[in-house]
Amino acid sequence: MSDGSGTTENAKPTPRAIVAGHGDFAAGLVSAVDVITGRGGQLIPVAVPGLCAEDIEKLIRQRMLESGVKVIFTDLQAGSCTMAARKILRGADDAVLIAGVNLPTLLDFVFAEQMPAVDAARHSAERGKTAITVVGPKAGAGAAGGAGGVGGAGGGGVKQA
Amino acid sequence: MTLVLHRIDDRLIHGQVVVGWGQPLDIRFIVLVDDDVAASEWEQELYRMGAPPEMDVYFLNVDAAVAKLPSYRADARHGILLTGDIETMRRLVDAGGVASINIGGIHHRAGRSQRLRYVFLNESEESALRDLAARGVSVTAQDVPGARPIPLDDILNGVAK
Repeated sequence: MSDGSGTTENAKPTPRAIVAGHGDFAAGLVSAVDVITGRGGQLIPVAVPGLCAEDIEKLIRQRMLESGVKVIFTDLQAGSCTMAARKILRGADDAVLIAGVNLPTLLDFVFAEQMPAVDAARHSAERGKTAITVVGPKAGAGAAGGAGGVGGAGGGGVKQA
Repeated sequence: MTLVLHRIDDRLIHGQVVVGWGQPLDIRFIVLVDDDVAASEWEQELYRMGAPPEMDVYFLNVDAAVAKLPSYRADARHGILLTGDIETMRRLVDAGGVASINIGGIHHRAGRSQRLRYVFLNESEESALRDLAARGVSVTAQDVPGARPIPLDDILNGVAK
Protein backbone atom coordinates (compact mmCIF):
# COMPACT_ATOMS: atom_id res chain seq x y z
CA MET A 1 0.00 0.00 0.00
CA SER A 2 1.23 3.48 -0.83
CA ASP A 3 2.48 5.93 1.72
CA GLY A 4 -0.39 8.28 2.29
CA SER A 5 0.96 10.46 5.04
CA GLY A 6 2.35 13.16 2.82
CA THR A 7 5.41 13.27 5.05
CA THR A 8 8.48 11.13 4.49
CA GLU A 9 8.31 8.87 1.49
CA ASN A 10 8.63 5.56 3.32
CA ALA A 11 6.92 6.46 6.59
CA LYS A 12 4.03 4.19 7.45
CA PRO A 13 0.84 6.24 7.62
CA THR A 14 -0.96 6.37 10.91
CA PRO A 15 -4.36 4.67 10.73
CA ARG A 16 -7.16 7.16 11.32
CA ALA A 17 -10.28 5.10 10.70
CA ILE A 18 -11.79 1.66 10.29
CA VAL A 19 -13.89 0.80 7.23
CA ALA A 20 -16.20 -2.19 7.72
CA GLY A 21 -18.97 -3.75 5.68
CA HIS A 22 -20.41 -6.64 3.76
CA GLY A 23 -18.28 -8.96 1.66
CA ASP A 24 -15.17 -7.25 0.30
CA PHE A 25 -16.74 -3.80 0.48
CA ALA A 26 -14.13 -2.41 2.87
CA ALA A 27 -11.09 -3.77 1.06
CA GLY A 28 -12.51 -2.54 -2.25
CA LEU A 29 -13.13 0.98 -1.01
CA VAL A 30 -9.75 1.22 0.69
CA SER A 31 -8.08 -0.08 -2.45
CA ALA A 32 -9.87 2.57 -4.49
CA VAL A 33 -8.79 5.30 -2.07
CA ASP A 34 -5.21 4.12 -2.36
CA VAL A 35 -5.28 4.00 -6.15
CA ILE A 36 -6.66 7.52 -6.34
CA THR A 37 -4.71 9.21 -3.55
CA GLY A 38 -2.01 6.91 -2.24
CA ARG A 39 -3.50 7.49 1.20
CA GLY A 40 -5.28 4.19 1.72
CA GLY A 41 -2.97 3.43 4.62
CA GLN A 42 -5.04 5.77 6.77
CA LEU A 43 -7.88 3.27 6.60
CA ILE A 44 -8.15 -0.18 8.15
CA PRO A 45 -10.47 -2.45 6.13
CA VAL A 46 -12.46 -4.96 8.16
CA ALA A 47 -14.39 -7.88 6.65
CA VAL A 48 -16.66 -10.08 8.75
CA PRO A 49 -17.46 -13.24 6.78
CA GLY A 50 -19.21 -15.94 8.74
CA LEU A 51 -19.05 -14.12 12.07
CA CYS A 52 -21.92 -13.83 14.51
CA ALA A 53 -22.90 -10.40 15.81
CA GLU A 54 -20.93 -10.92 19.00
CA ASP A 55 -17.73 -11.77 17.11
CA ILE A 56 -18.16 -8.84 14.73
CA GLU A 57 -18.29 -6.55 17.73
CA LYS A 58 -15.18 -8.19 19.21
CA LEU A 59 -13.25 -7.89 15.95
CA ILE A 60 -14.02 -4.21 15.41
CA ARG A 61 -13.31 -3.43 19.05
CA GLN A 62 -9.98 -5.26 18.77
CA ARG A 63 -9.01 -3.30 15.65
CA MET A 64 -9.87 -0.04 17.42
CA LEU A 65 -7.76 -0.94 20.45
CA GLU A 66 -4.81 -2.04 18.32
CA SER A 67 -4.82 1.10 16.22
CA GLY A 68 -6.24 3.70 18.59
CA VAL A 69 -8.65 4.98 15.96
CA LYS A 70 -11.87 6.69 16.98
CA VAL A 71 -13.64 6.69 13.62
CA ILE A 72 -15.64 3.86 12.04
CA PHE A 73 -17.10 3.97 8.56
CA THR A 74 -19.69 1.30 7.68
CA ASP A 75 -21.61 0.49 4.52
CA LEU A 76 -25.25 0.16 5.50
CA GLN A 77 -27.37 1.66 8.24
CA ALA A 78 -28.97 -1.69 9.01
CA GLY A 79 -25.79 -3.70 8.51
CA SER A 80 -24.24 -5.99 11.09
CA CYS A 81 -21.09 -3.89 11.23
CA THR A 82 -23.13 -0.78 11.89
CA MET A 83 -25.02 -2.51 14.67
CA ALA A 84 -21.75 -3.67 16.21
CA ALA A 85 -20.18 -0.24 15.91
CA ARG A 86 -23.15 1.40 17.58
CA LYS A 87 -22.80 -0.98 20.50
CA ILE A 88 -19.08 -0.27 20.75
CA LEU A 89 -19.54 3.49 20.59
CA ARG A 90 -22.43 3.57 23.03
CA GLY A 91 -21.63 6.27 25.56
CA ALA A 92 -18.37 7.22 23.87
CA ASP A 93 -18.14 10.97 23.35
CA ASP A 94 -14.76 10.90 21.63
CA ALA A 95 -15.61 8.59 18.72
CA VAL A 96 -17.90 8.67 15.72
CA LEU A 97 -19.65 6.25 13.39
CA ILE A 98 -20.48 7.17 9.79
CA ALA A 99 -22.92 4.68 8.26
CA GLY A 100 -23.57 4.59 4.52
CA VAL A 101 -20.03 5.54 3.52
CA ASN A 102 -19.10 6.03 -0.12
CA LEU A 103 -15.88 6.69 -1.98
CA PRO A 104 -16.21 10.50 -2.07
CA THR A 105 -16.62 10.45 1.71
CA LEU A 106 -13.38 8.57 2.21
CA LEU A 107 -11.49 10.71 -0.31
CA ASP A 108 -12.49 13.81 1.60
CA PHE A 109 -11.51 12.15 4.87
CA VAL A 110 -8.00 11.11 3.89
CA PHE A 111 -7.19 14.60 2.63
CA ALA A 112 -8.42 16.26 5.83
CA GLU A 113 -5.31 15.33 7.79
CA GLN A 114 -5.07 18.76 9.37
CA MET A 115 -8.30 18.10 11.25
CA PRO A 116 -8.79 15.74 14.19
CA ALA A 117 -10.02 12.43 12.75
CA VAL A 118 -13.47 12.66 14.35
CA ASP A 119 -14.01 16.15 12.95
CA ALA A 120 -12.67 15.07 9.57
CA ALA A 121 -15.13 12.19 9.54
CA ARG A 122 -18.08 14.45 10.20
CA HIS A 123 -16.88 16.84 7.49
CA SER A 124 -16.40 14.01 5.01
CA ALA A 125 -19.88 12.67 5.67
CA GLU A 126 -21.36 15.97 4.58
CA ARG A 127 -19.22 15.80 1.44
CA GLY A 128 -20.36 12.25 0.74
CA LYS A 129 -24.03 13.18 1.03
CA THR A 130 -23.73 15.68 -1.78
CA ALA A 131 -21.56 13.55 -4.02
CA ILE A 132 -24.29 11.49 -5.67
CA THR A 133 -25.22 12.85 -9.06
CA VAL A 134 -27.97 11.63 -11.33
CA VAL A 135 -27.25 12.03 -15.03
CA GLY A 136 -30.18 11.43 -17.36
CA PRO A 137 -33.81 12.35 -17.91
CA LYS A 138 -35.96 13.34 -14.97
CA ALA A 139 -38.29 10.73 -13.52
CA GLY A 140 -41.32 10.22 -15.71
CA ALA A 141 -39.73 11.75 -18.78
CA GLY A 142 -39.54 8.32 -20.40
CA ALA A 143 -37.90 7.77 -23.77
CA ALA A 144 -38.80 11.28 -24.86
CA GLY A 145 -36.33 12.66 -22.39
CA GLY A 146 -33.36 10.99 -24.02
CA ALA A 147 -31.72 7.61 -23.79
CA GLY A 148 -28.85 6.24 -21.80
CA GLY A 149 -29.51 7.91 -18.46
CA VAL A 150 -30.19 6.56 -15.01
CA GLY A 151 -33.38 8.47 -14.41
CA GLY A 152 -36.05 7.58 -11.91
CA ALA A 153 -33.70 7.82 -8.99
CA GLY A 154 -35.45 10.64 -7.27
CA GLY A 155 -34.95 13.73 -9.34
CA GLY A 156 -32.11 16.15 -9.25
CA GLY A 157 -30.91 15.02 -12.62
CA VAL A 158 -28.83 16.98 -15.06
CA LYS A 159 -30.76 18.02 -18.13
CA GLN A 160 -29.74 16.46 -21.37
CA ALA A 161 -28.23 18.82 -23.85
CA MET B 1 -51.38 -10.50 4.34
CA THR B 2 -49.59 -12.48 7.04
CA LEU B 3 -46.21 -13.53 8.27
CA VAL B 4 -44.51 -14.56 5.04
CA LEU B 5 -41.17 -15.65 6.51
CA HIS B 6 -40.16 -17.29 9.79
CA ARG B 7 -36.42 -16.72 10.00
CA ILE B 8 -33.66 -17.71 12.41
CA ASP B 9 -30.82 -15.22 12.13
CA ASP B 10 -28.42 -14.47 14.97
CA ARG B 11 -27.72 -11.01 13.52
CA LEU B 12 -31.43 -10.23 13.89
CA ILE B 13 -32.19 -7.02 11.97
CA HIS B 14 -29.50 -6.39 9.37
CA GLY B 15 -29.03 -5.80 5.66
CA GLN B 16 -30.14 -9.21 4.40
CA VAL B 17 -33.36 -9.02 6.38
CA VAL B 18 -34.30 -5.41 5.80
CA VAL B 19 -33.12 -5.03 2.22
CA GLY B 20 -32.47 -8.52 0.85
CA TRP B 21 -35.82 -9.98 1.91
CA GLY B 22 -37.63 -6.81 2.87
CA GLN B 23 -37.80 -5.24 -0.56
CA PRO B 24 -38.81 -8.21 -2.77
CA LEU B 25 -41.36 -9.45 -0.24
CA ASP B 26 -42.70 -5.94 0.43
CA ILE B 27 -42.15 -6.43 4.13
CA ARG B 28 -43.93 -3.79 6.24
CA PHE B 29 -43.32 -5.18 9.72
CA ILE B 30 -40.91 -7.38 11.63
CA VAL B 31 -41.85 -9.32 14.74
CA LEU B 32 -38.53 -9.71 16.56
CA VAL B 33 -38.86 -12.36 19.26
CA ASP B 34 -36.00 -12.40 21.72
CA ASP B 35 -36.27 -12.42 25.50
CA ASP B 36 -33.11 -10.34 25.99
CA VAL B 37 -33.92 -7.68 23.41
CA ALA B 38 -37.49 -7.46 24.70
CA ALA B 39 -36.05 -6.54 28.09
CA SER B 40 -33.66 -3.89 26.80
CA GLU B 41 -34.99 -0.56 25.58
CA TRP B 42 -31.55 0.42 24.35
CA GLU B 43 -31.20 -2.67 22.17
CA GLN B 44 -34.70 -2.12 20.83
CA GLU B 45 -33.71 1.39 19.81
CA LEU B 46 -30.58 0.00 18.17
CA TYR B 47 -32.51 -2.46 16.03
CA ARG B 48 -35.37 -0.06 15.33
CA MET B 49 -32.92 2.41 13.79
CA GLY B 50 -31.70 -0.38 11.52
CA ALA B 51 -35.09 -0.65 9.85
CA PRO B 52 -36.46 1.90 7.38
CA PRO B 53 -39.11 4.30 8.70
CA GLU B 54 -41.91 2.62 6.77
CA MET B 55 -41.20 -0.75 8.40
CA ASP B 56 -42.65 -1.35 11.86
CA VAL B 57 -40.67 -3.46 14.32
CA TYR B 58 -42.36 -5.18 17.26
CA PHE B 59 -40.18 -6.48 20.09
CA LEU B 60 -41.61 -9.33 22.11
CA ASN B 61 -40.47 -12.03 24.48
CA VAL B 62 -41.59 -15.54 23.63
CA ASP B 63 -44.64 -15.59 25.88
CA ALA B 64 -45.93 -12.30 24.55
CA ALA B 65 -45.24 -13.40 20.98
CA VAL B 66 -47.24 -16.59 21.41
CA ALA B 67 -50.18 -14.54 22.64
CA LYS B 68 -50.00 -12.05 19.77
CA LEU B 69 -49.11 -14.32 16.86
CA PRO B 70 -52.74 -14.69 15.71
CA SER B 71 -53.09 -10.94 15.30
CA TYR B 72 -49.84 -10.71 13.34
CA ARG B 73 -50.97 -13.53 11.08
CA ALA B 74 -54.21 -11.64 10.45
CA ASP B 75 -52.37 -8.43 9.62
CA ALA B 76 -53.11 -7.14 6.13
CA ARG B 77 -49.42 -6.36 5.58
CA HIS B 78 -46.47 -8.67 4.88
CA GLY B 79 -44.32 -9.42 7.90
CA ILE B 80 -41.29 -11.40 9.01
CA LEU B 81 -41.08 -13.34 12.26
CA LEU B 82 -37.47 -13.21 13.38
CA THR B 83 -35.61 -15.04 16.12
CA GLY B 84 -31.92 -15.09 16.93
CA ASP B 85 -31.69 -18.78 17.83
CA ILE B 86 -33.25 -22.17 17.23
CA GLU B 87 -34.61 -22.60 20.72
CA THR B 88 -36.72 -19.46 20.52
CA MET B 89 -38.14 -20.57 17.19
CA ARG B 90 -38.84 -24.03 18.61
CA ARG B 91 -40.91 -22.49 21.39
CA LEU B 92 -42.93 -20.57 18.80
CA VAL B 93 -43.44 -23.75 16.77
CA ASP B 94 -44.76 -25.37 19.93
CA ALA B 95 -47.50 -22.74 19.95
CA GLY B 96 -48.58 -23.84 16.47
CA GLY B 97 -49.03 -22.25 13.10
CA VAL B 98 -45.43 -22.37 11.85
CA ALA B 99 -45.25 -24.45 8.66
CA SER B 100 -41.78 -23.52 7.48
CA ILE B 101 -38.56 -22.12 8.90
CA ASN B 102 -35.86 -20.21 7.07
CA ILE B 103 -32.36 -20.53 8.52
CA GLY B 104 -30.78 -17.26 7.54
CA GLY B 105 -27.67 -17.15 9.66
CA ILE B 106 -26.29 -19.10 12.60
CA HIS B 107 -22.67 -18.11 12.74
CA HIS B 108 -19.50 -19.51 14.23
CA ARG B 109 -19.29 -19.99 17.96
CA ALA B 110 -17.24 -22.35 20.13
CA GLY B 111 -18.59 -25.89 19.91
CA ARG B 112 -20.31 -25.41 16.58
CA SER B 113 -19.29 -27.09 13.32
CA GLN B 114 -19.66 -25.46 9.94
CA ARG B 115 -22.50 -26.80 7.82
CA LEU B 116 -22.83 -23.99 5.31
CA ARG B 117 -21.00 -20.72 4.77
CA TYR B 118 -23.49 -19.05 7.08
CA VAL B 119 -24.68 -21.99 9.20
CA PHE B 120 -22.72 -23.42 12.12
CA LEU B 121 -24.41 -25.90 14.48
CA ASN B 122 -23.63 -27.88 17.60
CA GLU B 123 -25.11 -31.32 18.26
CA SER B 124 -27.94 -29.97 20.38
CA GLU B 125 -28.94 -27.49 17.69
CA GLU B 126 -28.83 -30.19 15.00
CA SER B 127 -31.05 -32.37 17.13
CA ALA B 128 -33.50 -29.52 17.64
CA LEU B 129 -33.73 -28.91 13.90
CA ARG B 130 -34.27 -32.62 13.21
CA ASP B 131 -37.03 -32.61 15.78
CA LEU B 132 -38.75 -29.67 14.10
CA ALA B 133 -38.57 -31.41 10.73
CA ALA B 134 -39.93 -34.63 12.24
CA ARG B 135 -42.93 -32.64 13.41
CA GLY B 136 -43.71 -31.63 9.82
CA VAL B 137 -42.05 -28.23 9.71
CA SER B 138 -40.19 -27.50 6.48
CA VAL B 139 -36.68 -26.40 7.47
CA THR B 140 -34.41 -24.89 4.83
CA ALA B 141 -31.38 -22.64 4.81
CA GLN B 142 -31.38 -19.62 2.51
CA ASP B 143 -29.54 -16.43 3.35
CA VAL B 144 -30.98 -14.27 0.55
CA PRO B 145 -33.98 -14.69 -1.80
CA GLY B 146 -31.81 -15.30 -4.86
CA ALA B 147 -30.06 -18.27 -3.26
CA ARG B 148 -31.28 -21.86 -3.51
CA PRO B 149 -33.19 -23.05 -0.43
CA ILE B 150 -31.14 -25.90 1.02
CA PRO B 151 -33.14 -28.70 2.68
CA LEU B 152 -32.26 -29.68 6.22
CA ASP B 153 -31.03 -33.13 5.20
CA ASP B 154 -28.54 -31.59 2.79
CA ILE B 155 -27.36 -29.18 5.46
CA LEU B 156 -26.80 -31.85 8.07
CA ASN B 157 -25.39 -34.46 5.68
CA GLY B 158 -22.82 -32.06 4.37
CA VAL B 159 -24.17 -32.30 0.83
CA ALA B 160 -24.40 -28.55 0.43
CA LYS B 161 -21.30 -27.50 2.37
